Amino acid sequence: MRYLPLLPLAVAWEAAPRLGLVSPDVLPPVSAVLRAWLRLLQDGDLAVHGLSSLQNLAAGLALGIVVGVALGVSMAWYSPVEILINPLIRVLYPLPRSALIPVMILWFGLGAASKIAAVFLGCLLPVVMGAFNGARGVEQVLIWSALAAGAKRREVLWEVVLPAAMPEILAGVRNALALSFILLVAAELITSQRGMGYLISSFGEGGAYDAMFAAVLTVSAVGFFADRLYLLLMGLALRWRG
Amino acid sequence: MAWLSAFGQAALRWLSILAVLALWQAFAEAHVVSDFLLPPFSTVLVRLYRDVASGDIILDIALTLYRALAGFALAAVSGVAVGILIARVPLMRWFFDPLVSIGLPMPKIAFLPVFILWFGVFDASKILMVAFSAVFPVIVASWAAADGVEAVLLWSALSLGAGRHRLLWEIALPASLPQIFTGLQVALPISLIVEIVNEMTMGGEGLGGTIMTQMRFADSPGVFAGVLAIAVIGTALVKAMEMIRHRLLLWHPETLAASA
Repeated sequence: MRYLPLLPLAVAWEAAPRLGLVSPDVLPPVSAVLRAWLRLLQDGDLAVHGLSSLQNLAAGLALGIVVGVALGVSMAWYSPVEILINPLIRVLYPLPRSALIPVMILWFGLGAASKIAAVFLGCLLPVVMGAFNGARGVEQVLIWSALAAGAKRREVLWEVVLPAAMPEILAGVRNALALSFILLVAAELITSQRGMGYLISSFGEGGAYDAMFAAVLTVSAVGFFADRLYLLLMGLALRWRG
Repeated sequence: MAWLSAFGQAALRWLSILAVLALWQAFAEAHVVSDFLLPPFSTVLVRLYRDVASGDIILDIALTLYRALAGFALAAVSGVAVGILIARVPLMRWFFDPLVSIGLPMPKIAFLPVFILWFGVFDASKILMVAFSAVFPVIVASWAAADGVEAVLLWSALSLGAGRHRLLWEIALPASLPQIFTGLQVALPISLIVEIVNEMTMGGEGLGGTIMTQMRFADSPGVFAGVLAIAVIGTALVKAMEMIRHRLLLWHPETLAASA
């Protein structure tokens, strides 16, 4: 019901090129886009390029989450690390991460490695900030009680600090997820021989606009559903907090 | 760190940045990797200085800032208007709610080739692409802000005889300003990120376009100088937004608490 207003929009989209209000080259009708999508599905383009993109996205994001949580929590836990790393993070935070894509291409070439590195760098800081703020905000009483009950510092880290910091870590990861899509697609649009961004720009340059729209909508839909799925999992993961 | 004075802590922080720059310099001069992969920091600084002196990079900065800020302004004005309308008019809410809930998390960057198809590769296309990417956080923030204006404030103003017009401009907007501004502070970095990708894909100079050209000519000091310039611009914009927020919200408890 909530998504009902999309229906008239889709009808208008179908009607405008058919009635000659806009050229079908500029806006192919929905039906043509759907047919192009099915064609992409059948001939395997969607599977090949979609999988390539998802692999790079997952690799960069996973790397960003692991390194980011480790960095953020150790910044909160050991003040020397904080003194060393925090100023750098503050300096790097406002750098628009897309500017690093050419540097990643210089370093890692045109293939998957430069895409993974771009996604990783894009995801890193939001996760670090989430983990740092989350771990720093853990109530001292919890830590003291655990220590008094005989827990070792390492155990406190894993069993008290990490769980208590989890909401902010997960919120940071959600930002990272959105950024990972932006950086991956941007990197693929800029230079690539594989992936959804490559598919979109090669259809655009070749004038296959119905297929281009199909690929654009696919990426948008995957990004949207990834966020929804993440919210769902986040809700489940934090259910113990009530 | 109680044993350190505030001054000592500040000095330490700067020291860590200087240490990293020194490490960069030493690493590059030791030629562990080629100068091409990592030119020494001093080379990059000299290059940046030359680019500034020749005026080349100034033009690029101006172009990038113009397009990013024009797109941001468009997103700010239309986003605040749409957000407030959604909060006030049920029909608008019915129509825009699904669009906004899909548009906010969706990777808008994928639409870049669509904007090229519709609007070409020049300024109009870039500005519209920036606005499209940056507008959703502004809409959501303004919507939430307008929804959250305390009814008591509105009732008091109404009972004191304020008209609808004054209610909007003198009560509702100032009361929702902090939250709207938070949305703008999210939208501005997005504008810059997207504008740089615009320039990298569509060309037309600007910092992003020039970095791409330099990369194609394997001019790595040029690439690093460009990234450094972008970092400075990004920092300046973020700081500027913080200052404007502080000025605009001088009357607000958040500012009063911070200065107390």
